[in-house]
Amino acid sequence: MKTQTAAQTAKQILAEAGAPVVMFDHVQLAFDEKVVLQDVSFTVIKGHTKVILGASGSGKSTILKIIVGLLKADAGVVWVNGQRVDQLSEQDLMSVRADLGMIFQEGALFDSLTVRENVGYKLYEETDMPLEEVDKRVEEVLGFIGLAEHIDKMPSELSGGQRRRVAIARAMAFKPSIMLYDEATTGLDPITATTVDEEMIKLRDLENVSSIIVTHQLRDAFFVAEHMAHRDANGKVEVVPATPQKERQAEFIMLRDGLIIFEGDADSLRASQDPYIRDFLS
Amino acid sequence: MLSLLERWLKHAALEVQEYVRLTRAAFHGVYTRPLYRHDIVEQFDQIGAGSLTVVLLAGLFTGAALASQTGLTLDQFGARPVVGRLVSASMIKELGPVLTALMLTGRIGSGIAAELGSMVVTDQINALRALGTDPVRKLVVPRVLAGIFMAPVLTVISDFIGILGGWAVARFQLQVNSGLYWSSITKGLYMQDVWMGLSKPFVFGFLIVTIACHVGLRTSGGTAGVGKATTVSVVAGSVAVIAADFFVTQIMIALLY
Repeated sequence: MKTQTAAQTAKQILAEAGAPVVMFDHVQLAFDEKVVLQDVSFTVIKGHTKVILGASGSGKSTILKIIVGLLKADAGVVWVNGQRVDQLSEQDLMSVRADLGMIFQEGALFDSLTVRENVGYKLYEETDMPLEEVDKRVEEVLGFIGLAEHIDKMPSELSGGQRRRVAIARAMAFKPSIMLYDEATTGLDPITATTVDEEMIKLRDLENVSSIIVTHQLRDAFFVAEHMAHRDANGKVEVVPATPQKERQAEFIMLRDGLIIFEGDADSLRASQDPYIRDFLS
Repeated sequence: MLSLLERWLKHAALEVQEYVRLTRAAFHGVYTRPLYRHDIVEQFDQIGAGSLTVVLLAGLFTGAALASQTGLTLDQFGARPVVGRLVSASMIKELGPVLTALMLTGRIGSGIAAELGSMVVTDQINALRALGTDPVRKLVVPRVLAGIFMAPVLTVISDFIGILGGWAVARFQLQVNSGLYWSSITKGLYMQDVWMGLSKPFVFGFLIVTIACHVGLRTSGGTAGVGKATTVSVVAGSVAVIAADFFVTQIMIALLY
């Protein structure tokens, strides 16, 4: 009889609908005297959206950095795609990062590289994919986010919104199954922010990517949670109001001083009577 | 007062520990995969070819000034014809390596610290890691290799140009016969001097680049932090070069002479 390895079993479980792709179990982190995360636990389901809300300095971005392994938790367990990232070395984390796309605040594009080189960075540098195929993939993702004509520009020649969208293209170029957005719309005007929100929605619904969105922009958080992307018979993609079932796939977490004070869907968040949440939402 | 000293000592120990860790990781990155070859070639070009002008100018004027100064002193003993010997010995053993290294600290050390520091404060280093690239292999290893191997090449060029500058002054200002100048150089130059002059830039190149990379990668505090990192890199690099010069000289004297 054939025996399965732990990795094979994890892969099998993760292939099923409703599988947990990210799990935080009683995670704690402090920098010297300052406690950043206190006993944080949550789960992200495959293909779903988790929106992490909170004021500046509440520990939102820290959660994303722990998921990618840029920071290590002091205590608790962190599972990403069936691997315990809190125990992995920098070398071993590379395999976990291969399936994670992260969009940093301000984009964090490599300013010495063109848009093409930025978007295709991982494929050019870290894979053996033939150059023609990489170029094709880069053109494909830039077309997806509507920036194909900017392919040979430098990041300094782009607007703030375009830079964020290029950052999204860079993160999605290698087809990760989980996308992490760190304040992807902060500092953008409402129209540009909506364009970025729509890219997140399209990626989630058309490419079946699980998303963790860190933001303090309520408008964008609710827009992503309450809309869905739909491709019509002619292949045209539209962003339309989400069905109740789709809405339930977007969960909110509210952080306050490193502690989770709310977890639930958009309607429960709006209905919350917690004074801090009411203040935050007003 | 005691707690201030304790804090300073702890900070210094942490910096040394992190510097050693970075250096070890860089060495490990040299002989293990992946090796970013095009970054290595680019850094050889930037550090080597890019520094050529400044090194040529520094070497030329140093050699010329050295010939003028030593010419005056040698006149007191009627030994003006041996000016070439003094210029070559000073340039090859001491001034060439040290001045080239100081020029590189100003040009390369500051550039590396500013570039890596900017990448840190704009999250580009974190983005590299998130994209599965080890920043040490991608950014530090190519610079360290280029620093170690281009510093000696630049030093040899600087030595030659310095001796040429010395010749121009000897010939046209001190009225020393050209044949006499060049023969005094070959007669007065020993292999030990050449080894001394060639061994130093390897050490200096390594120190300049590793210090700049270490300072750059530990930048914090936004754009002000980048400015501070640049200054620290140049100051620490210059002091390290001068201190290392003394120790390498002592070691080479003990080994060769």
